[in-house]
Amino acid sequence: MPNVAQWLALLAATLYLAGVWRTRHAGKPWSLWRSASFVVGTITLAVAFAAPVNAFAHHDLRGHMLQHLLVGMFAPLGLVFGAPMSLLLRNLAPARARATVTLLGSMPVRIVSHPLSAALLDIGGMYLLYLTPLYTQSIATPWLHHVIHLHFVISGCLFSWAIAGPDPAPHRPRWRTRLGVLILAIATHATLGKLMYAWLLPAGTGASPGEIQAAAQWMYYGGDLAELLLLVALMQQWLRERQRAARGKPLPAG
Amino acid sequence: MSSLPYPSHADPRRTLLASALIGIGCMAAVDEIVFHQLLAWHHFVDRYTAFALASDGVLHAIELVLLVVGFFMMIELHGAGRQAPGYRGPGFLLGAGGFQVFDGVVDHKILRLHQVRYVDNLWLYDIAWIGFGVVVLAIGWLLLRRAQRGHATSQH
Repeated sequence: MPNVAQWLALLAATLYLAGVWRTRHAGKPWSLWRSASFVVGTITLAVAFAAPVNAFAHHDLRGHMLQHLLVGMFAPLGLVFGAPMSLLLRNLAPARARATVTLLGSMPVRIVSHPLSAALLDIGGMYLLYLTPLYTQSIATPWLHHVIHLHFVISGCLFSWAIAGPDPAPHRPRWRTRLGVLILAIATHATLGKLMYAWLLPAGTGASPGEIQAAAQWMYYGGDLAELLLLVALMQQWLRERQRAARGKPLPAG
Repeated sequence: MSSLPYPSHADPRRTLLASALIGIGCMAAVDEIVFHQLLAWHHFVDRYTAFALASDGVLHAIELVLLVVGFFMMIELHGAGRQAPGYRGPGFLLGAGGFQVFDGVVDHKILRLHQVRYVDNLWLYDIAWIGFGVVVLAIGWLLLRRAQRGHATSQH
């Protein structure tokens, strides 16, 4: 029997595919890659919350880390590169679509979705979880546990979107700023992995040093892979922009 | 020798920069793959101070980004037909050798973040490490001089 998180993932996939069906039915194109990306994102979420992974995460810090990587880093990549916001806008009536765009361009949304604040929410949340007693409390308190998972799905999506999301983002800072924030995020994430390895954090879990150090290394190398994918996506956008700009300009004389 | 005209709008500086970034990234990857994973002379954590851990993290992030940015710069130059022949090799070697010397002098000796190997007669390893970097740098510099004089093999 699927649990609540898996039902939500299924719901998201169903809504997305219904939107794709409607768009294509209206004769408008929608990339198959985008659809595949979103569906893989929802499958990643469903796998992350599958019973065996949940059980592994409950008694072993490495299991927790696997779940954390899937939920907070890999699933958001799939979801964001499915461009769900563009799909939504195509399926809304013009008046509603305009209202949605206005909402997305409002000051609070712009502040929260700035790469720097998105990184702070995402990576800052990890520092809070592993360096304070929050982790041991979340194990003892089910609702806190769920809130933290939800936080990492949302902040992971927000961060991926702020750095290199494919949805139109008229207020997004320029490429250099986003690359700078991404470097900062990779550095702080790698540092956190090393801190946890060196200082045997999170404290008070009763896990053996070997288990904690293995979990920290999973976090370091797994996070690297997710950040590498995001970096490639950002550079791909950079390349397209440069090529578009070059096509508009004649070749330099010489 | 070749009937192909020399691409007049080639960009030697940018080709040199892009290949140097790739050289730095590849040398850092060699360090991670050979010395961390295969030989296990280097460790995931060598010094337990916050400064050492944070500088590891920052260095790691910069290496990863330089490698990817270098590749994308190269793709762009290639697509625009602006890669300067003869400048890729020297750029790569200057980047790789430069990183090796930087790692050997700044990371190992000045900041003392970690050492080449934890054994007696460490100085032998240091000389080999930094010496290798200097040799790679020197070859890169010689190749660069040849390219600047238009004598590089790939320019003919």
